[in-house]
Amino acid sequence: MPQGDHIDLHRKRNGYRLDHFERLRKKEAREVHKHSTMAQKSLGIKGKMIAKKNYSEKALMKRTLKMHEESSSRRKVDEEVREGAIPAYLLDRDDTTKAKILSNTIKQKRKEKAGKWDVPLPKPRPIAEDEMFRVIRSGKRKTKQWKRMVTKATFVGPGFTRKPPKYERFIRPSGLRFTKAHVTHPELKCTFCLEIIGIKKNPNGPMYTSLGVITRGTIIEVNVSELGLVTPSGKVVWGKYAQVTNNPENDGCINAVLLV
Amino acid sequence: MAMATEEAGMGKTVMCLLTDPEGTHLGSSMYIPQNAGPLQLTQLVNQFLNNEEMLPYSFYISDEELLVPVGTYLEKNKVSVEKVLTIVYQQQAVFRIRPVNRCSQTIAGHAEAVLCVSFSPDGKQLASGSGDTTVRLWDLNTETPLFTCKGHKNWVLQVSWSPDGKHLVSGSKSGEICCWNPKKGELEGSPLTGHKKWITGISWEPVHLSSPCRRFVTCSKDGDARIWDVTLKKTLICLSGHTLAVTCVKWGGDGIIYTSSQDCTIKMWETTQGKLIRELKGHGHWVNSLALSTEYVLRTGAFDHTGRQYPPNEEMKKALERYNQAKGNSPERLVSGSDDFTMFLWEPSVSKQPTKRLTGHQQLVNHVYFSPDGKWIASASFDKSVRLWNGVTGQFVKTFRGHVGPVYQVSWSADSRMLLSGSKDSTLKIWEIRTKSLKQDLPGHADEVFAVDWSPDGEKVVSGGKDRVLKLWKG
Repeated sequence: MPQGDHIDLHRKRNGYRLDHFERLRKKEAREVHKHSTMAQKSLGIKGKMIAKKNYSEKALMKRTLKMHEESSSRRKVDEEVREGAIPAYLLDRDDTTKAKILSNTIKQKRKEKAGKWDVPLPKPRPIAEDEMFRVIRSGKRKTKQWKRMVTKATFVGPGFTRKPPKYERFIRPSGLRFTKAHVTHPELKCTFCLEIIGIKKNPNGPMYTSLGVITRGTIIEVNVSELGLVTPSGKVVWGKYAQVTNNPENDGCINAVLLV
Repeated sequence: MAMATEEAGMGKTVMCLLTDPEGTHLGSSMYIPQNAGPLQLTQLVNQFLNNEEMLPYSFYISDEELLVPVGTYLEKNKVSVEKVLTIVYQQQAVFRIRPVNRCSQTIAGHAEAVLCVSFSPDGKQLASGSGDTTVRLWDLNTETPLFTCKGHKNWVLQVSWSPDGKHLVSGSKSGEICCWNPKKGELEGSPLTGHKKWITGISWEPVHLSSPCRRFVTCSKDGDARIWDVTLKKTLICLSGHTLAVTCVKWGGDGIIYTSSQDCTIKMWETTQGKLIRELKGHGHWVNSLALSTEYVLRTGAFDHTGRQYPPNEEMKKALERYNQAKGNSPERLVSGSDDFTMFLWEPSVSKQPTKRLTGHQQLVNHVYFSPDGKWIASASFDKSVRLWNGVTGQFVKTFRGHVGPVYQVSWSADSRMLLSGSKDSTLKIWEIRTKSLKQDLPGHADEVFAVDWSPDGEKVVSGGKDRVLKLWKG
C-alpha cells in the first residue's frame, strides 16, 4: 500500500519525468492488446463477465453509429417526391391497410389447404438422428444407453417442469432453451424481438415438433400483440407463425421471418 | 282559428300541430281535413308565416316524410285519429339544382394522382392539387387547363379558396404553404414555412368577420395549427396543444377555431391570442373529420345561388345575413367523425358534453359533412356505406348502400336535395334525399376517386383520383 503521496509531492517539486507523457501514450496504446489477451485467456465466470462487458460496449457503439447515420440519411428520404401519391386522410393509414391485406391473404391461404405452406425456406437440410441427439450412458456401469440429450436449440413452455431425472429420456439442456426470437416482417422490413408461443412444426418430424426442437426451417408461433395487427373483424391478432432462418444452436439466437 | 273551424265542417278531420325543426309551434293545434296533402300544408304554412312569396316546404311526421294526403298516411300507419298529430315543416331551397348524369369532360394533365379538388366560392373557378407537386387551375367554360402552378416540393395535399374567391392556398406533404393568385396563376411571395410535417387541413376566416379575407388556419401532422396572414405572409399565432397529429381544422362562424386530432380530442381556440377555450372529449380513437352546421355558408361567403357579385364593402353585410339565416336561432352545431366508428354531435358553444352519439357505422368514419341548410348530416365510412342523419337531433335516418369499396368523400348539392359520394371502387354516386335512394351512378374513373366537389352554383361536379385525370360531370 502506498504510504503518503510521494509521487505527487515529487511531481510538485521537480515536475514530471521527461518521458512521462511518452510512456503514458504507449501504455494506453498497449492497453487494448492487453485487454484482448485477458479476454482470450480468462476462463469461467471472469471470462463471461469480460465477454458480456465487451459485447454491451460494442452494441452501444454500433447503435450510436447507426443513429448518426440515420439522422443524416433520413432527411433525404423526406425530401424526395415518391410515386403513388395518396390524400392526407390516407397518409397515416398506409400501414394498417397493408396489414389488413396481409392478414386477409393469410386467411385465404389457410383456407386453400391447411398444412400446405408456401414458406421462405421450403426445403431445409434434413438432420440425422445422431446429429440431433447425443447418447447418454447411464447405469452404475454406464452400460445403459437409452438416454438422449438434444443438441439443438429447444423451446419448452413456461409451465414446464422436468420429469424425475432418473426417467427422463430426452434431456433438453437449459443452456439451449429459448423464449424469444428476432422476427422480421418481410414487407415492413423491420425486426422485432418477440416471445415464442409454441412450435408449430419441425420439418424433421413430428417427434421433434412435440419435443420443441428449433432448427433451421422450423415453423414457430410468436406473440405479435405488440405489432398491433388487426383481423378484418377488428380483433387484435396475437399469435402468428414465423419460420426460423438460422441455425440457432450455432448462433445463440433465433432469427425468423414472419409468414404472411 | 276561423279557417280551422270552417274546415272542420268538411268531411273527416284530424287534429294537427305544426312545428319547425327546432320544435317551436306554429300557431296552436288545429283541425285539418284528412284529404290535405303536402301541397295544402305548404299553403297553410306560407299563410301562417306571412310569406310574400310562396316558399317550398316539406313535411315530416315522426321523422318520416309525408308525401301522401294525411288521411292516407293515418290509415297506412294505423295512427290514432284522436291524438294530436305533430307535423314538422322544413323549408326547402327556393332553387333547384339539376342532378348531374354525364361526364362532360375528362381532362388529363396531372402526372400523378389528383389528391384534392375545389371549386371557388362563386363556382367559376376550379383548382386541383396533385401528387406531381403542382396545383392546377382549370378553365370551366372551355374545360381545359388554364394554369399550372409550380412551387411545392412535394405532393399537394390540400387546396382551399378564400371565401371571397381572391386567394387560393395550398399545402403540401413537406409542410410548406403556397398562396396563389387565381387570376394569373402565379405564386404570391415565397412558400410559407413553419409546419414540420404534412398539411392536413386549411380553413379560412369567415368573410362576415373580416371583409377582405386575410387570415387562414392550417393544421398539420406535427400536432400544431397555425394562423397565417395572407398579406403579411407570416404566422400570426401557433396553436399548439395537441399531442398527436391534427387531422382537421374549421374556423367557425362565431370566430372560434375547432381542431380535431389523433389524440382523440377536439379543441376550441380563440383567435386573437390563440388561447384554448374548451376541450371536447368523448371519442375513443382518432378523430378524422369535423363539420359545422354553417360550413357551406362560411365556405361560399357572400355568393349565393343568384350568382350576383357584391362590391367589397357590401360583401360582409351580405355574408353575415346569409350566416344568420343559415344558423337560425339555435347555436352552431359541430359533428365529428372518428376511427372508433362513431360520430358525436356537439353544441360547442353551449356545453362540452356531446348532444348525441351517432352510432351505426361498422368501420371508421372518414368524412362528415352538414348539408347546406344544416338539416342533414352525411357521413362517409370505410364500411362502404354513406349514412344520413338528422342534422338537428342526430337521429339516424338512412343508410345509402351501393358502393363496393370504402367511401372516401361526400359533397352536397347547394339545395341540399342531393348528395354526392366518391369511393375507392372508382365510381361516384348521387343520392336523392327526398326518396332516400340512389339517383345516379357515375362510373368512368379507372381507379380510386380521392376527391369530389359539387360546385356552389350547382352546374358542375368535379372528381379526381388515382388515375390522374380530372373529370367534370354535368346535368
